Amino acid sequence: MNHEHRLRFKTLAMVLLMVVCANTGDLLLKRGMTQIGEVRISFSGLWQPLLATIHNPTIWLAILFLLGFTLCYMTAVSWADYSYVMPAGAFGYAVQTLLAIVVLHETVNAKRWFGVIVICIGVLLVGQTKPRTSTVPAEGASANRAAVSS
Amino acid sequence: MIKILLMLVFFICCSTGGEIAMSYGMKRVGEPESFRPMPLLRFFWRAARSGWILLAAPLMAASFYSLLILLSWAPISLVIPASAFNYVVGTFGAKYLLKEDVSIKRWLGVLMVCAGVTIVLLTGQG
Repeated sequence: MNHEHRLRFKTLAMVLLMVVCANTGDLLLKRGMTQIGEVRISFSGLWQPLLATIHNPTIWLAILFLLGFTLCYMTAVSWADYSYVMPAGAFGYAVQTLLAIVVLHETVNAKRWFGVIVICIGVLLVGQTKPRTSTVPAEGASANRAAVSS
Repeated sequence: MIKILLMLVFFICCSTGGEIAMSYGMKRVGEPESFRPMPLLRFFWRAARSGWILLAAPLMAASFYSLLILLSWAPISLVIPASAFNYVVGTFGAKYLLKEDVSIKRWLGVLMVCAGVTIVLLTGQG
């Protein structure tokens, strides 16, 4: 496997992990907030749910997954172009649709399926391009070069 | 209407600006040496101290809150396509600020993703 193929494979795998973390986090957040109940916009109305949020393990699990999403995103853009990672991340809408069917037992209409198919074709097109074209030097690399040249 | 347009421009600038700063910052930080816990911790620690990442975080927060404000001001049929337009603005930013080589194929993919996201979000099932 050459360098470009390896980079494409690891970037797309990281984007997939990023999408799974984001969707699982959102789903858990939804479940946690449902357990807490409707939030009323007033001082006492906000205080009670805030306390309930802190003591809710589902919300903490959701935060953990959303933190995972951020770390995966940071890793992915350290490897590949922003214009490669950003559209590839839209694959999340397809995963979200599948989760809505499988986990939440929702019915998905034809218009949404059409949108998901358009996204998947777009992601497929972006995925076939070269993952990294920019040449931003890493700070560590420039420091290393400076050390070698001196 | 001018108020909504200004907020839309602010939202798109913050969102794209934040992501571009994050992308540039992470490339300056460099790749993680490996996926073992200590090298990963060192990698994220380097990132947390990067000025670009520290610039990206408030920009992303501002974009999130401006989106919430926009949703309270304007109809969703205006806000959603505008937020999907971020993909196009982001690609322009990547091309001209980050000097990425955006091929025709990548542009086509970005435009399809933008259209697809608009369709999905306008179904109201997102």
